[in-house]
Amino acid sequence: MAAEARRRRVYLDHNATSPLRPEARAALLEALDEVGNPSSIHAFGRAARRRLETAREQIAHRLRIDPERLVFTSGGTESNLLALSQAQGPVLVSAIEHPSVLENAPGAERLPVGADGRLDLAALEARLSRGPAALVALMWANNETGVLQPVAQAAALCRRFGVALHIDAAQAAGRLELDLSALSFTTLTLSAHKLGGPPGIGALVLGEGVEIRPLLRGGGQERRRRAGTENVPAAAGFAAALAAWSTAERTRLAALRDRFEAELLAAVPQALVIARHVPRLPNTSMVALPAVPAELLVIRLDLEGVAVSAGSACSSGKVARSHVLAAMGLPEEVAGSAVRISLGPTTRAEDVIAAVAAFARIAHDPLVPRASRTT
Amino acid sequence: MSALPTLELPGVLHGARVVVAMSGGVDSSLAAALVAQSGYEAVGITLQLYDHGAATGRPGACCAGRDVRDARRVADHLGIPHYVLDFEARFRREVIEDFAATYAAGRTPVPCVRCNERIKFRDLLAIARGLGAAALVTGHYVRRIEGPAGPELHRARDAAKDQSWFLFATTREQLAFCHFPLGALTKEETRRLAAALELPTAAKPESQDICFVPDGDHARLVARLRPEVARGGEIVHVEDGRVLGRHGGIHRYTVGQRRGLGVATGERLYVVAIDARRHRILVGPRRATLTRALVMTGVNLLTPLPAGPLSAQHRYNELAVPARAERLADGRVRVVFAEPESGVAPGQACVLYDGTRLVGGGWITATEPAAAASAPVI
Repeated sequence: MAAEARRRRVYLDHNATSPLRPEARAALLEALDEVGNPSSIHAFGRAARRRLETAREQIAHRLRIDPERLVFTSGGTESNLLALSQAQGPVLVSAIEHPSVLENAPGAERLPVGADGRLDLAALEARLSRGPAALVALMWANNETGVLQPVAQAAALCRRFGVALHIDAAQAAGRLELDLSALSFTTLTLSAHKLGGPPGIGALVLGEGVEIRPLLRGGGQERRRRAGTENVPAAAGFAAALAAWSTAERTRLAALRDRFEAELLAAVPQALVIARHVPRLPNTSMVALPAVPAELLVIRLDLEGVAVSAGSACSSGKVARSHVLAAMGLPEEVAGSAVRISLGPTTRAEDVIAAVAAFARIAHDPLVPRASRTT
Repeated sequence: MSALPTLELPGVLHGARVVVAMSGGVDSSLAAALVAQSGYEAVGITLQLYDHGAATGRPGACCAGRDVRDARRVADHLGIPHYVLDFEARFRREVIEDFAATYAAGRTPVPCVRCNERIKFRDLLAIARGLGAAALVTGHYVRRIEGPAGPELHRARDAAKDQSWFLFATTREQLAFCHFPLGALTKEETRRLAAALELPTAAKPESQDICFVPDGDHARLVARLRPEVARGGEIVHVEDGRVLGRHGGIHRYTVGQRRGLGVATGERLYVVAIDARRHRILVGPRRATLTRALVMTGVNLLTPLPAGPLSAQHRYNELAVPARAERLADGRVRVVFAEPESGVAPGQACVLYDGTRLVGGGWITATEPAAAASAPVI
């Protein structure tokens, strides 16, 4: 126990949640000490309103959209639900969407992805030609593999067929320079805590000229699109976190990630990097040690002080099968042994070196099972 | 706190990683506490064995049942890492389906032995090794004693809590890796120590008999998995072939059962045998249930079979009785009771002891009636 506390821990699970950026922390703290409901008429209320709208403008500015189009929500899940709740007819989702899309669109048709982890555009086009559809949901970048989805091509197809497009950009924002001015979409999800903002806040960006029916009613907040007193401190933290991202930071992360993969493959030749040569987020790497169960790998790495994840953990902490890797058609031996390493602004070179060393220790331990146990 | 016994795990170095199987009950909670406070690097693991929501008929109760949450609270209280492993699919395959299949074959299953044999001391043990652990600790009431020829398995100090019967299938190699700190404690001592350590589970009630049937209605579960079992059939007198009534499924009966037969004759009747092929329950007087010997298969021996007298326990809730055992040419073992026994049910385990020491055990496949005149007409 004492030894555990003393050991330096390496956090490589930024796609689960990323540490609060110092800029976000400062903005959050400043706002936390201020009273005022943005709906109030008095000076306190007006100051809170100003802070909220400044945050909205900062975010909109980074994304190159009109601030009027940005609706603050409680996070990515609510944004996805709000977007999907607008559909009045058949919904199509990629098979690799986040559970907050899949489970909030229970009757949706699943669109296949290729072995590279990207949406099969031909399948989307064929489906849109074949029959009516109300909405297509596609993530900008996959949370497990980091693979970038062909959102621009999907947007063009959706526009051609007159179908709404929802883009889940929860993992992409910050880690990619998103220019939404050039993209045709209906709704787009953002999440603050994935990019170093506080948890509990996100946004739904509306496409140009798009209006939505609210899910939460009972107040005129957010231009009547979402009722409820606004979370002003979190909005301020969200905006500051997004603003803190730079091209240099993204380049640094991509270099660190590539270094991790190169050193891992050198140290553990049997390791596999999923979708290594496909355009990905700069911070994400999904690696498999074939035949070593992913849950064992995650636990053993945690005991070695390296925090990573596998699949999507449910509330009990048990590891579920990855629907993403299954959809890519990866054999069970690989899909069942893949873990996700995701880097962020706090990641340093020594972190990835420590992670490679931990992987190597585990891979070379003769007691680690080699034969995959079917579960 | 001062009364807390310090654990010495033979052959395990201080500071070594030790995996504790934490079920969320008070016993494994205390086992984890003892490991954590005795200089080992304790790692708690809870196996998610079945969907708690589905088992209790409460859909949408995602994943974590009460027991998983309790185990996590105890681990947090002790400051040890804790992980939940998804064993639902393999538990269903290896334990629940076997449970239903055994009933369908007219035998009476023991799912806890299957779980120990195939889940805890096989798959979990392999995971513990894979995690770099030097030992696996469980909260079973059973004693491991270092003998001249290696570790021996003995009954618990608390005879009322002894669980060695459920561990008969543990191999010598598995036993070498396992430790059972509660075997030296009484249940009262466990409760007292758990309370002294302020473990969140200190006052938690005992778990029910079969964990995956929380409502106790095992017949409904078997009928769902094996609908063919649930159809009705005849209840037949074993000695004269009279049809005495009808039954609602052979899975509702076990050999030796007296209550709930639903037949009224002047005679006191017992289930003598279950004929799965013809879907019949054979009943008869007590003398017809008496068995002088049984044959068991799937035998695991922790020590060579002694030629001399042993004691044999053919059900968890029965006392061990004097017997002798001999190995047959095909590897099965025949157990001959000193006095005829009743209620020897195929599908159950028979476990052999030499004093408190567990010799081995196996699965009862055949029984030999004590009186040839009352041979079951199967």
